[in-house]
Amino acid sequence: MGASTLIIVGSLFMILWTIVSHGIHSLNWDLISKSPEGGFYIGKSGGILNAIIGSIYITLGSTLLGLMVSIPIVLYINVYARKKSKLVAITRLAFDVLFGIPSIVYGAFGFTIMVMLGLKTSLLAGIVTVTLLIIPILVRAMDEVIRIIPYELADATYALGATRWETGKVLLRQSVPGILTAVLLSFGRAIGDAACVLFTAGYTDNIPTSLSQPAATLPLAIFFQLSSPIQEVQERAYGAALILTIIVLIISIGAKYFSKKLSKNKI
Amino acid sequence: MTIASPHISVKNLNVYIGEAHILKNISIDIPDKKITSFIGPSGCGKTTLLKTLNRLLDTSGTDVRIDGKVLVDGEDLYAKGTEVTHIRKKMGLLSQRPFPLPMSIYDNIAYGPKIHGERDKKVLDEIVERYLRATALWDEVKDRLHGPATRLSIGQQQRLCLARGLAVEPEIILGDEPTSALDPVSTQRIEELFLKLKDNYTLVLVTHILRQARRVSDYIAFIYMGEIVEFAPTEELLLNPKEKMTKDYIRGYVS
Repeated sequence: MGASTLIIVGSLFMILWTIVSHGIHSLNWDLISKSPEGGFYIGKSGGILNAIIGSIYITLGSTLLGLMVSIPIVLYINVYARKKSKLVAITRLAFDVLFGIPSIVYGAFGFTIMVMLGLKTSLLAGIVTVTLLIIPILVRAMDEVIRIIPYELADATYALGATRWETGKVLLRQSVPGILTAVLLSFGRAIGDAACVLFTAGYTDNIPTSLSQPAATLPLAIFFQLSSPIQEVQERAYGAALILTIIVLIISIGAKYFSKKLSKNKI
Repeated sequence: MTIASPHISVKNLNVYIGEAHILKNISIDIPDKKITSFIGPSGCGKTTLLKTLNRLLDTSGTDVRIDGKVLVDGEDLYAKGTEVTHIRKKMGLLSQRPFPLPMSIYDNIAYGPKIHGERDKKVLDEIVERYLRATALWDEVKDRLHGPATRLSIGQQQRLCLARGLAVEPEIILGDEPTSALDPVSTQRIEELFLKLKDNYTLVLVTHILRQARRVSDYIAFIYMGEIVEFAPTEELLLNPKEKMTKDYIRGYVS
């Protein structure tokens, strides 16, 4: 067990080391404060602000949208529906299947819909597709969290004359730390996914100013720069990877902090 | 036995969970402002009976079928169109283990009044203090009202749950083995509270501790295999049981 822990932690640090050692040289203020300028992809000046902003837009948008869809789903299958109902079993199975589908399939699906509707690549299409990707993660993670809540807590709330909606809110409160973890999981997946946004959000050197414009994302910025034969551009790819890692790290630490604060009243 | 003006009156109640016939043709009148205990061995249906009294049985999502009538102040709980939340508001529930809501001590008490529409901070403050005093908790928690309820000891938590139930101004208090997780001192405090509360409330307790039933209750119903074997005033049932089954249980032959 010690050995396997060592291997896992060791490889994690090796990945981090690769990213940091390659990326640290190209990490400067220009990289995070400027959009690509002419000839950026052959080593001229500029930065990846477009991709940072694009990634943040898409991730925040899809996490919010995903929560709006998945919280009612989770409440329905845990509070409203009868426990043994077929619909609940089918819903859980469906989300398990969706959970395992590779993101490129979501990307292709989103693209098909866009073609059907005659839409071009846009921020909105990216957000919607990534939302589809993370809804199964959110639903299954939150479902597990809510399922372990003692049913006596629901009874206690009902006994005070609470309606189902009010009871649902109390149960949500009990599970806030778990929900934050679910959000964090889906956030990490959303910000790191390249395949979903490849066809749907597209790629651009500009920062999107409306939902109908295409948007760049960090994973794609890494991908395009890494496929360049020029050393300097490749190093920028590692710089972008480093920035992505730092964003995820900040979000993780923030979520841990809030989760700790919010769980002080938990049973 | 006939009760003059029952607060709750159960008529021909049958409960099935899945295929199992849990309660068989139960009829009982629960007297007003008295303590009535349900005793009987584990699995005899006493908790199920208690839960049918405030319709908590049909929230669990399991396959439950309930026939018969439960009249509270003459209103049938299981009639179509009965507003369940209104009925539940009339009854406070104490479960086997305390389950404080995931909130502060203050908010635990204020929660009930709040969901029933009380918004005035001053009134809520008063309610919180009144019921914490009623359950002898005020002096112990007055300095940490906004601290988490889960930091309290389990005995304090059970009293908090009682205070929380009282704060919605019920007429009836249901206790499902409310002291089974508590130490003797906490148990004694809860029992003292029950004796005090019966001036204003009707109490129904489920217990498997005979001595507790003797200490607190005015009436005892002995339930066995889903049927009420005997229902009588405490002294009469314990000292002079009419049914052989009751006699055997009290002497410890049936457990």
